[in-house]
Amino acid sequence: MAIRRIGVVAGAVLVLAGCGGAKVGEAPSAAPGTGAAGSAAACGTLNLAINPWVGYEANAAVIAHVAEKNLGCTVVKKDLKEEVAWQGFGTGEVDAVVENWGHDDLKQKYIQEQKTALEAGLTGNKGVIGWYVAPWMAAKYPDITDWQNLNKYAELFKTSESGDKGQLLDGDPSFVTNDEALVKNLKLDYKVVYAGSEAALITAFRQSEKEQKPIIGYFYEPQWFLSELKLVKINLPAYTAGCDADAAKVACDYPLYELDKVVSKKFADSGSPAYTLIKNFSWTNDDQNLVAKYISEDKMTPAEAAAKWAADNEAKIKTWLPAS
Amino acid sequence: MITLSVPARLPARRYLAGAIVAAWVLGHALLAGRDTLALGGAELTPLHEGVNEAWDTVDDNRNSNPFFLYFVNYIRLILDESVKFVQALISQPSFGRPVPVLGWLGVVALAAAVTYIFGNIRVALLTVAGFVSFGLLGLWAESMDTLALTLTAVAYSLAVGIPLGVWAGLSGRFNRFVTPVLDFMQTMPTFVYLAPLTLFFLIGPASATIATMIYAIPPAIRITAHAIREVSPVTLEASSSLGATSAQSLRHVRLPLARRTIVVGVNQTIMAALSMATIAALIDAPGLGKTVLKALQTLDIGAAFNAGLAIVIMAVVLDRATTAASHRVETQRRTGRLRSVFFRRVEVAVALGIAAVLGYLSYTYVWAAEFPAGANIGSYVRRAADAASVWVQDSLSGFTDALKNVITYGLLNPFESLLAGSPWWLVFAVGVGMAALVGGTRAAIIAAAGLAALIGLGLWQDSMVTLAATLVATILVMALGVATGVWIGRSDRADAVLRPVLDAGQTMPAFVYLVPILGLFGPTRFTAIIAAVVFAAPVAIKLVAEGIRGVPPATVEAARSAGSSSWQLITKVQLPMARGAVALAANQGLIYVLSMVVVGGLVGAGALGYDVVAGFSQHQLRGKGLAAGLAIVVLGIVLDRARVRPRPERTDSG
Repeated sequence: MAIRRIGVVAGAVLVLAGCGGAKVGEAPSAAPGTGAAGSAAACGTLNLAINPWVGYEANAAVIAHVAEKNLGCTVVKKDLKEEVAWQGFGTGEVDAVVENWGHDDLKQKYIQEQKTALEAGLTGNKGVIGWYVAPWMAAKYPDITDWQNLNKYAELFKTSESGDKGQLLDGDPSFVTNDEALVKNLKLDYKVVYAGSEAALITAFRQSEKEQKPIIGYFYEPQWFLSELKLVKINLPAYTAGCDADAAKVACDYPLYELDKVVSKKFADSGSPAYTLIKNFSWTNDDQNLVAKYISEDKMTPAEAAAKWAADNEAKIKTWLPAS
Repeated sequence: MITLSVPARLPARRYLAGAIVAAWVLGHALLAGRDTLALGGAELTPLHEGVNEAWDTVDDNRNSNPFFLYFVNYIRLILDESVKFVQALISQPSFGRPVPVLGWLGVVALAAAVTYIFGNIRVALLTVAGFVSFGLLGLWAESMDTLALTLTAVAYSLAVGIPLGVWAGLSGRFNRFVTPVLDFMQTMPTFVYLAPLTLFFLIGPASATIATMIYAIPPAIRITAHAIREVSPVTLEASSSLGATSAQSLRHVRLPLARRTIVVGVNQTIMAALSMATIAALIDAPGLGKTVLKALQTLDIGAAFNAGLAIVIMAVVLDRATTAASHRVETQRRTGRLRSVFFRRVEVAVALGIAAVLGYLSYTYVWAAEFPAGANIGSYVRRAADAASVWVQDSLSGFTDALKNVITYGLLNPFESLLAGSPWWLVFAVGVGMAALVGGTRAAIIAAAGLAALIGLGLWQDSMVTLAATLVATILVMALGVATGVWIGRSDRADAVLRPVLDAGQTMPAFVYLVPILGLFGPTRFTAIIAAVVFAAPVAIKLVAEGIRGVPPATVEAARSAGSSSWQLITKVQLPMARGAVALAANQGLIYVLSMVVVGGLVGAGALGYDVVAGFSQHQLRGKGLAAGLAIVVLGIVLDRARVRPRPERTDSG
C-alpha cells in the first residue's frame, strides 16, 4: 500500500506541475477553420488524388490551398498511383485527378464506358517525352543529338546489362514507352534496359554527369530534376499525327502531351465551387516548375510552397474562382 | 543451385547430375538463342489480354452481387473501425478534439507500463527511449499512425495465425494443405493485389490492413507449426503415458515447450507487418511509409532515412518487448513464482497508476499532448544521412563497379545465359531431370507442372532471367546466413551487437537504401540482388542462430570433452544437429528473396519484377503483371518443393 500511496503522491505532484500548461481545446490555435465556416457548407469536402510525382503535387498543392483559403473547403489528399486513383472515381472516393498524362485506355474505361468520370479541361502544362543525354555528353559529342548518329556512339553506352549493344535506359513504368519498337524500326544497335523507377533514372543521370559516365535514357518534362541538370533531348524522326498508330511499327518521336484534369461525375454534378476551381485551373510549365522547385530543392512542404506561390500570384488565382 | 550443395545419397546420383549439367552446357553451346520464348516489354499474349477482360468484368459487376458486397463490406467495416479507433486513441484528432485521446506523454507512459508489467524494467526503459525518439525525429504523428495500423494488423494476424499454426503443427494433412497457400501469400507480390484490394475494400485503412495481413500471417502460422512439431516425442510419450489426453498434452506440454519458437514467429509477424508500411502507403495507408515515398519523389535520402529510422526503432522496440515478455513467462514457469502475489499486485498497480496519471495529463494539457516542436533533431539526422549517402556514392563507386562486374560476369551472366538463353525444352528437361534425381518422382512432377505453367503464363524467358538472379541472391544469402548465424548462435556478445543491425536490414524500407546503392551499382540486376540480400539475409541468420542455440548444451559439452576443435564442433555437431533450422532458413531466405523480386524491378532487374511494377502502373499491362506475379509464385513453389529435404529425424507427429 505504501508504494501505491507513493504513486498517487507522485501523480499528484505531476498534476500540479501540469497546471501551468495550456489546456487542450483552450488554445486559440486549436479552432481551425472557424473563419471560413460560413462558406464551408457550400463547398464541403474535396477528395484530391495525389499521384506520386512532384509536378502533380505542385498542381494539387496550389488547388488545395485555394480551395481551403478562398472557398473554405475541407481538402482530403489521398496518395495514390494513377490506376488506383481512377478506380476511386468509380467507388466515389476520389473527386479529382489534376495532372493526367494521356491515359487514353483509362479514359475509355471510366469516361466512355463506366461514365463515372469527366474531363475537366487542360492544366496548361505541356508534357514532353523523349530520349535524353546528360549535358556533358552533348557538349563533348555535339552531333549525338541527331538520332542518325546514335549507332556511331553505341559502343560508348555498353554496360553489364546490355551485352555487346549500347544501353538505352528506360525508366518509370508509369509512362508509355515505344522504345523497343523504336530501336528495332530505326535499326539502332541498342538494347532497352528497364531501370524500373524514376528514382533509378534520376540517379543514373546524376552519376553520369558526376563521373562523366555515358548514359542515354528515357525522360520527360516538366520534371523538377531538369532544374538541377538540364538534360539534352535527342531528336528522333519528328512526330506526325498517326505515326504512332501501330505500336509495333512506330518509328517517330513521342507526341506532345497536353496535360489535363479529370473529375468524377458525381463531383461535377454536385455544384461544388471546388469543381469550378478545378475546371478553371490553368497555369504554365514555368509556374509548375517554380512550385516544384520550392518542394524538391528548397524542401518546403507542398502547403508552404503553394502558399508562397499563391501570395505572389493573386491575379492568376482570381481568374480560377467561381464568378459569384 | 542449393540442391547441388547437399550431398546426394548415392555417388551414382552425383555422376548423373554432372552428366545432366554437362549435357545442358553442351546443348546451350550448340543451340543458344533458339526457342527462348522471349516476349518484349510491351507485348502481350492472349492470356494477358484475357485477364484484362476478366478484370474489367469483375470491376463492372462488383455492385450487382449483394452477398459478396455485404460480406466484403462487413470485413471492411470492422477493419476500418478497428484501425480508426486505435488512431483516435493515439494518433489522430478525435472526438471533436484537436488532438488524439492520449498525447505523447500518455502513450509513452502506457507503453512503458505495459512493457514493464509483461517484460522487465530494461525493456521498459528501451521503450521510453524508442518512443521519445519518434518525437525527437519530428515524426510523432506519423509514427503513431504506423503503430496503429501495425498493431491492428498484427493482432488480427496472430488471432488467425497462431491457432492455424497449432493445427498445422498437429495435423500433417492440414500442414500439407496450408503450406502452398502460405507460399502463395508470401511470394505473390503485393503490387499485384494492391489495386484489386482497393476495388473491394476501398481506399483506406481496411485495404492497407488486409495487404499487411496477407504478408504477415504466413510467418505466424509457419513458425508456430514448426515449434509444435519440434517438441520432443520423448516428452510427449511421457505425458501420454501419465494419462494426459491430447488436449492436455497440447496445453501443458506442447504449447509451453514451443513458446520460445512461437515468439520467434510473433517477432517475424511484427517485422513482416512493418515491412509492409511503405508499400501499403501506395494505397494511402497512413504513417511513416508515406513520408518515405514522398521523400523518394525528390530523391531526398535524408528525409527517407529519417522516416526509415523511425520504422526500425519501432521494430526493435516491439521485438524486444515481445521477447522480454516470453522470457518472463518462461522463467516463471521454470522457477515458480519469484515474488509474492501481493508484491506483484502493488507493482502492477503502481505502474498502471503512473500511466493513468500521465495519460490524464496528456489528455488535458497541450504540452503533454503535442510533442514539443522545439525538441526536434530530425533535421540533423536528415543532413547526416544525406552526407553519408553522398560520401558512400563518391568514394566507393570505383570499388563497387569492380564487385558488380565480378559477380555479374562470373556468376550471374553464365547462370542467366544457361537458363534464359537455352531452348526452353532443354531447360525443361534439365529441370525435371534434376528434380527427379534429388527429390524423387513427386518433385519431378511438381517441377514439370511448374515449368509448364511458366510457359502457359507466356513469361518463360522473363522467369528464367528472374530465376538466375534469385539463385545468385539465395546463394549469397545462405553463405551469409550460415556463417553469421553460427557466429551469433555461439556468441551472446555477437548476438547483442548484430541483432539491431539484422533488425534494421529487415525493417528499413528498401526504398530508403535503394537510392544510395543505385548510385553505387547503377540500375542493374546486381543492384536488385544486393537489395534482396540485405532484406533476406537477416531472417536466414536469425533462424540458423536459433537452430545452433537449440543444440543441447550436453551434446556440445560431450563433443568438446572428446577433443573436438571448434571447427569440428561446428561442422560435425552443431550444424548437422541444426539441420532442420538451416533448411527452414534456406526456405525462408529463398522466399524473402523472391518477395524482393518486385523491388528489384524498380532498380533495373527487369524481367518479372518489372512486369509486375508495370502492371501496377499501366492499365493495359495489368493482365501481364498478374501473370508475372503468378510466375513468381510458381518459381517459389518449384524451388521449394524440388529440393532435397533433410530426412525427418523423428516420426511425423501428425
